[in-house]
Amino acid sequence: MSRSIRQIHLAAHFPGVNSTTVWTDPTAGSQIDFASFEHFAATAERGLFDYVFLAEGLRLREHKGRIHELDVLGRPNTLSILAAVAAITEHVGVVGTLNTTFNEPYELARQLATLDHLSGGRAGWNAVTSSDAFHGANFRRGGYLDHADRYERAREFAQLAKELWDSWPEDGVRADAATGVFLDDGVPTRVRHRGAQFDVDALFDVPRSPQGRPVIVQAGDSADGRAFGAEHAEVIFSLHQEFEDAREFYDDVKGRLAHYGRQEDSLKILPAATFAIGDTDEEARERSREIALQQVRPEVALTYVEQVWGRDLSGYDPDGPLPDVEPDTGSETARGWANRHAAVRARIAKLRELSEAEGLSIRELVIRLTAQHTFVGTPARIAAEIDRFVQERATDGFTIVGHLTPHGLDEFAERVVPLLQERGSYRRSYDEGATLRDLLGLPVPHPAPALAAR
Amino acid sequence: MTEQVHIAIAFERTGWHPAAWRESTARPHELASPAYWRDLLRTADDSGVALATIEDALSLTDRFEPLEGLRRDRVRGRLDAVLIASFVAPLTRRIGLVPTVTTAHTEPFHVATGIQTLDFASRGRAGVRLVAGASAAERANFGRRAAGVDAIPASGRVEDSPEILAAFREASEFADVLSRLWDSWQDDAIIRDAATGRFLDADRVHNIEFEGEFFAVTGASIVPRSPQGRPLLTVLAHQTVPYRLAAAHADLVFTTPHEAGGRPGFELDAIRAELDAAADDLRTGDERLRVYADLLVLIEDTEPAARSAAERLDEWDGAPLTSDARIVVGTPGDVADAVRELAAAGVDGVRLRPARLPADVVAIAEKVVPLLRSTRTLREDDGAGTLRARLDLARPESRYVREKVAL
Ligand SMILES: Cc1cc2nc3c(=O)[nH]c(=O)nc-3n(C[C@H](O)[C@H](O)[C@H](O)COP(=O)(O)O)c2cc1C
Repeated sequence: MSRSIRQIHLAAHFPGVNSTTVWTDPTAGSQIDFASFEHFAATAERGLFDYVFLAEGLRLREHKGRIHELDVLGRPNTLSILAAVAAITEHVGVVGTLNTTFNEPYELARQLATLDHLSGGRAGWNAVTSSDAFHGANFRRGGYLDHADRYERAREFAQLAKELWDSWPEDGVRADAATGVFLDDGVPTRVRHRGAQFDVDALFDVPRSPQGRPVIVQAGDSADGRAFGAEHAEVIFSLHQEFEDAREFYDDVKGRLAHYGRQEDSLKILPAATFAIGDTDEEARERSREIALQQVRPEVALTYVEQVWGRDLSGYDPDGPLPDVEPDTGSETARGWANRHAAVRARIAKLRELSEAEGLSIRELVIRLTAQHTFVGTPARIAAEIDRFVQERATDGFTIVGHLTPHGLDEFAERVVPLLQERGSYRRSYDEGATLRDLLGLPVPHPAPALAAR
Repeated sequence: MTEQVHIAIAFERTGWHPAAWRESTARPHELASPAYWRDLLRTADDSGVALATIEDALSLTDRFEPLEGLRRDRVRGRLDAVLIASFVAPLTRRIGLVPTVTTAHTEPFHVATGIQTLDFASRGRAGVRLVAGASAAERANFGRRAAGVDAIPASGRVEDSPEILAAFREASEFADVLSRLWDSWQDDAIIRDAATGRFLDADRVHNIEFEGEFFAVTGASIVPRSPQGRPLLTVLAHQTVPYRLAAAHADLVFTTPHEAGGRPGFELDAIRAELDAAADDLRTGDERLRVYADLLVLIEDTEPAARSAAERLDEWDGAPLTSDARIVVGTPGDVADAVRELAAAGVDGVRLRPARLPADVVAIAEKVVPLLRSTRTLREDDGAGTLRARLDLARPESRYVREKVAL
């Protein structure tokens, strides 16, 4: 019977920066010292997670023309920290967010292949397309790519990366000391790619890595984003965490797979999930409330609306209603996460509607938008809810985001994971030598046709 | 009293002899494995040498090696050096980790944060060696630039190639951007002031606003200031233009002196004279540029054994070994003598390039280092916490602190 139970996949998001992390808590540690990563990775491995996961931000957020001061800022370089984490772990995957707009395929493909070798087949790449001119100002190509062009570049980027990874056959290094042949003729295959974004004639210089191709993860929600995910991603990190919404997203994206000749199980969907645990549900709700108030302090709430409005709202009471002034849509100060999407006015209309319908103050509204915890309750309730999402095909699991660095995952690993195991829907140990692809139950990628013929 | 020097080891795939992979002690099938790099770097770490450099290039072929007619009897393929260094960081305790980075195709922003992160992961032992220029093979892999450096000009002089000169201007900008990004957070930027709700003090984090000929970088680093403040910046240099790059930006320069009469212009005195002149011209800050001399070494217990090993390798490769660095084929004592000579001539350190890995790094660790220790030629590890401290380099203050004082 237990064979029919769908298995839950969990990723562990290192909650370094932004307002999810409560730095004012007395137990909060450094978001950058390596000791924090050691602790976090050890917990993820103790909890038998599929992978540890890092987001990426390539420019420090600014507010009113100054570097943002209120939340945790400052994080490591994604690839370097994951290589170091690979050295101190044995089983858990190492997955990083790395953008396709401000990297070059040859370099990133070789870095990811390197990470896959050094981790013994545990590497993954969350391919994101952001950014705007604000981030671009830190890079050679600078400037801005249109939304459509960004996904065009992302598609070509992923395609080219796969060709590079496939250009070495398995066991491609002959290294026959007796005959003196290091590489056979035709190894690696020359990769010729002529596209609108890239024009290369490459000989890849990293031998085929344990997973052949590192696992490709994707985060992005537009129609273009979903199409890209359906074509290339093996995991999608989404923000759809309410049951019905999650199931709709799941059906939509999985429904697109057939078009690309893919099976349902070749893609896992792991939405972000936050949590608050208590001995009773009531206690958990109180805990959730406390965490939210720490996450959205009055000055944080005001900053949030200032970023949407693009103007100084410091005179407003965070415990009062939304400002009744018009936004400054021409302003350059409105930057960063808060108003990345959609037009500002439409956004504000929505915020007004929500706050009026539910009678929310500025701070309550921001809590509602950014600090509503996905799972709130006893460990048993949380385990049951997670299991329901997976058994009823709303998700394949979750990307768990704690609110504390580096101990935020401990309680989940200690109290929720054993209950998932009891339900029969979560692994009880890692298999020796399992790759990240194995942990996720993903198919092994086909070798490139030219090599199959070898 | 003999002068004392630090020892560095330069890691290159299966060693610096192109046929080294055919030795029975070589591990050519494991070049991409974590165990290979962990073992090599731990051997070096345990021996007490000061730092390890790790070679890299963004192509299957070696620098200036033609794309056509690829020789298949030589080692091909490698891993990214910054990631090898990051991987071994938590697995080693004292050794400095100095990966190679090519400046032509990489983003200075990514490199700056990558090396800062290496500094955090190694708890203050990070450095970087910058290499200028883009070879034809590298350009084909990236497909972004038509022009680049295809060969050293016939004269052998960098000055005679506009492409190489441009590559060095780019490398110079690159180095400048690295150090600006490394300075962009003052040490005390993170204040965690619960009373005002401020995690950091924005006055102590600075957008660098850099605009140059090759790129512009506006923002501050995303990484807070790392344990060393600025990780160690190094270059390998053979002539005036690269000497000037080193004098302007580096903490440490690797040079290739030959014994008197070996190669004109490569006597240590001549090199130092050029470096001093460049430093007078270009160097800012208080620290003297540290000068390390490179030696390519093949080590066996007896001289005949060393010679026959070298002959065997040369025969496999079809040509005698050549190198930009002086080659010492001999006993541990011969290598120690060569190091002592350089020490007496006043270099700060000697970088040994093992002809064969792991064989010659094991010989360095087990035989050469103890000899140097017994004659007090080796600068002993004084337990200093960071690479800079071990090399007697001060921890630099962020330029933004100084600017404030100057106001
Ligand atoms: C859940 C989620 C997480 C994301 N994480 C990152 C990130 O860490 N770094 C980043 O630069 N962009 C991130 N993005 C931005 C996406 O890569 C993408 O650029 C953005 O969502 C716009 O694409 P879309 O319109 O398809 O959603 C994330 C997006 C989503 C939905």
